[in-house]
Amino acid sequence: MQSFTTHSGIVAPLDRANVDTDQIIPKQFLKRIERTGFGQYLFFDWRFLPDGSANPEFELNQPPAAGASILLARRNFGCGSSREHAPWALADYGFRAVIAPTFADIFFNNCFQNGMVPIRLDEADVDELFRRATAAAAAGGQYSLRVDLQACTVSDDAGFTRSFAVDPFRRQCLLEGHDDIDLSLRHADKITAWEADRGLPALSG
Amino acid sequence: MPSTPRTLLDKIWDNHVVFTPPGELPLVYVDRHLVHEVTSPQAFEGLRLAGRRVRRPEATFATPDHNVPTSDRRLPIADPVSKQQIDTLRANCQEFGVRLFDLDDVDQGIVHVIGPELGITQPGMTIVCGDSHTATHGALGALAFGIGTSEVEHVLATQTLRQGKPKSLEVRVDGTLPPGVTAKDIVLYLIGKLSTEGGVGHVIEYTGECIRSLGMEQRMTVCNMSIEAGARAGMIAPDAVTFDYLRGRDYAPKDFDAAVAAWEKLPSDSGAVYDRVEIFRAADVVPQVTWGTNPAQVTGVDAVVPDAVSFADPNDRSSAARALEYMGLEGGTRIVDIPLDRVFIGSCTNSRIEDLRAAASVVRGYRVASTVRAMVVPGSGRVKRQAEQEGLDRVFREAGFDWREAGCSMCLGMNPDTLAPRERCASTSNRNFEGRQGKGGRTHLVSPAMAAAAAVSGHFVDIRDWQYK
Ligand code: SF4
Repeated sequence: MQSFTTHSGIVAPLDRANVDTDQIIPKQFLKRIERTGFGQYLFFDWRFLPDGSANPEFELNQPPAAGASILLARRNFGCGSSREHAPWALADYGFRAVIAPTFADIFFNNCFQNGMVPIRLDEADVDELFRRATAAAAAGGQYSLRVDLQACTVSDDAGFTRSFAVDPFRRQCLLEGHDDIDLSLRHADKITAWEADRGLPALSG
Repeated sequence: MPSTPRTLLDKIWDNHVVFTPPGELPLVYVDRHLVHEVTSPQAFEGLRLAGRRVRRPEATFATPDHNVPTSDRRLPIADPVSKQQIDTLRANCQEFGVRLFDLDDVDQGIVHVIGPELGITQPGMTIVCGDSHTATHGALGALAFGIGTSEVEHVLATQTLRQGKPKSLEVRVDGTLPPGVTAKDIVLYLIGKLSTEGGVGHVIEYTGECIRSLGMEQRMTVCNMSIEAGARAGMIAPDAVTFDYLRGRDYAPKDFDAAVAAWEKLPSDSGAVYDRVEIFRAADVVPQVTWGTNPAQVTGVDAVVPDAVSFADPNDRSSAARALEYMGLEGGTRIVDIPLDRVFIGSCTNSRIEDLRAAASVVRGYRVASTVRAMVVPGSGRVKRQAEQEGLDRVFREAGFDWREAGCSMCLGMNPDTLAPRERCASTSNRNFEGRQGKGGRTHLVSPAMAAAAAVSGHFVDIRDWQYK
């Protein structure tokens, strides 16, 4: 797995709550049997007009979000379907971190499996980040943040610094780019003993 | 010394933690792993690349459901990509020795319908599937939740999951169900009150007189939509209803009485403490209809579509404004004045035999409105056969419904069953997200009876006023 220590990047503000995984990657793109190549379909129904051209109204298509690698959104990001295609699409598009006040559980877990950090900040802090991003855009520029997973902080160059909480095990896995399955298989003897203890029979039927 | 009273969740959790390595998340044993064609190919590929095997193939069950055509099964699958995904599942199951209920299997169906129906789902188990509606299985007193594809691979390889213990949320519904109100109305009402993120980080245990009075299939409808309130899972303590349902099913334990004796110990002890408790009254619930683009944007059939400005919270206000625009609705419109183009009865929420019976009893003796196209998609081959034995298919067909083969169908429209842009649909499924049933399609979530009445009337009607023939 791709490791994550620190990352500095441009922020794409997506001022919406309850962004569901059906929007992040619509179902017509779930038929692929690979993990890669989903970035081109990210937010497809919002990003493209019926004729296939880029929808100029959509936040990610606007100049402030060009080249962005940190997504900023409102609460309950990633709700709905468990599809890991959603984090695959975000990561493949180039996002390394998503910041929101709250995330749906399955999406939140899925991010860690894909070298991407989901960052929960208070609603007021997220408001502040939206304000800063909007101000930068109004001045014709872009807004950047730095995510430091060692220190668990998000900061900009203008004095904004907040720490965020992350499960220590998930953090360690990301920092070191561990394969979860490898780690768990180190305890295979424990699993075998547990099964033997319960005399797990082959299933009937 | 008396031990601390424990909840149903505590007991199942304690029974399944294999080991907590120092500084790491616990390894939680998985009793049943359900697999479908959309979220599994990359997981099997991962196993193959790493030279790993499926640790307990006999605890793993697969079926294709999301992509499958619901028209004539003898015809080849028209969409080459859907076909490839289904072929891939078949090849993977063969290679790794996993039991597959394939397209031509009489027991094929939506994974969350066939699990309980075959008795694969049992009280006290941990059950996972790469699918957010895995919560359905919690209706039998199991801890069942959806996982991502990387986790699917982890379970295939280790038969465990890395998970921190979720918090517990008791959702108690007191009193008895008013006439005309169904399990679907209860759960939509609860989601409306809890919000789409009210349950995040929690496992909901539904309790109270109203929940206890529900039959097994209605309990599944309630637990199914727990994810729509953001919860990890939903569960209902097992009781006589559960045991009666399971007895005699194909995969039910051979020594059933011994199993029941163990299951009877599962319900929460008196005095057990939940992390959070929310209490509701069944008497407050009327038949529900969603008006927006998430399941919490819901109201009673006797109400009007709300104005966006009526929401105090700025996030809710902008979500409502976007939703009303997408849905092509104006605040103040009476719900019963909303006309419909399509009606879909199906999905893992409402495609079981009791759902079809409820819908058929509404439809009997009526015809589908000339402006509406309506379809019924049974949840499984078994449900379909049962319905045909009871003559329900004839009731639907004679009324002008399409009667289809089992699958997810228009719940998410990965197969050819989709809405056209702007088409408005009364649906018994679980998600009304933008484009869920087809790009630009407009979905209203309702109960099977409400959907059936809407099909006949061409617009929503209050099922409490229905003249049954
Ligand atoms: S019926 Fe719908 S919600 Fe249920 S498993 Fe299928 S696609 Fe998912």
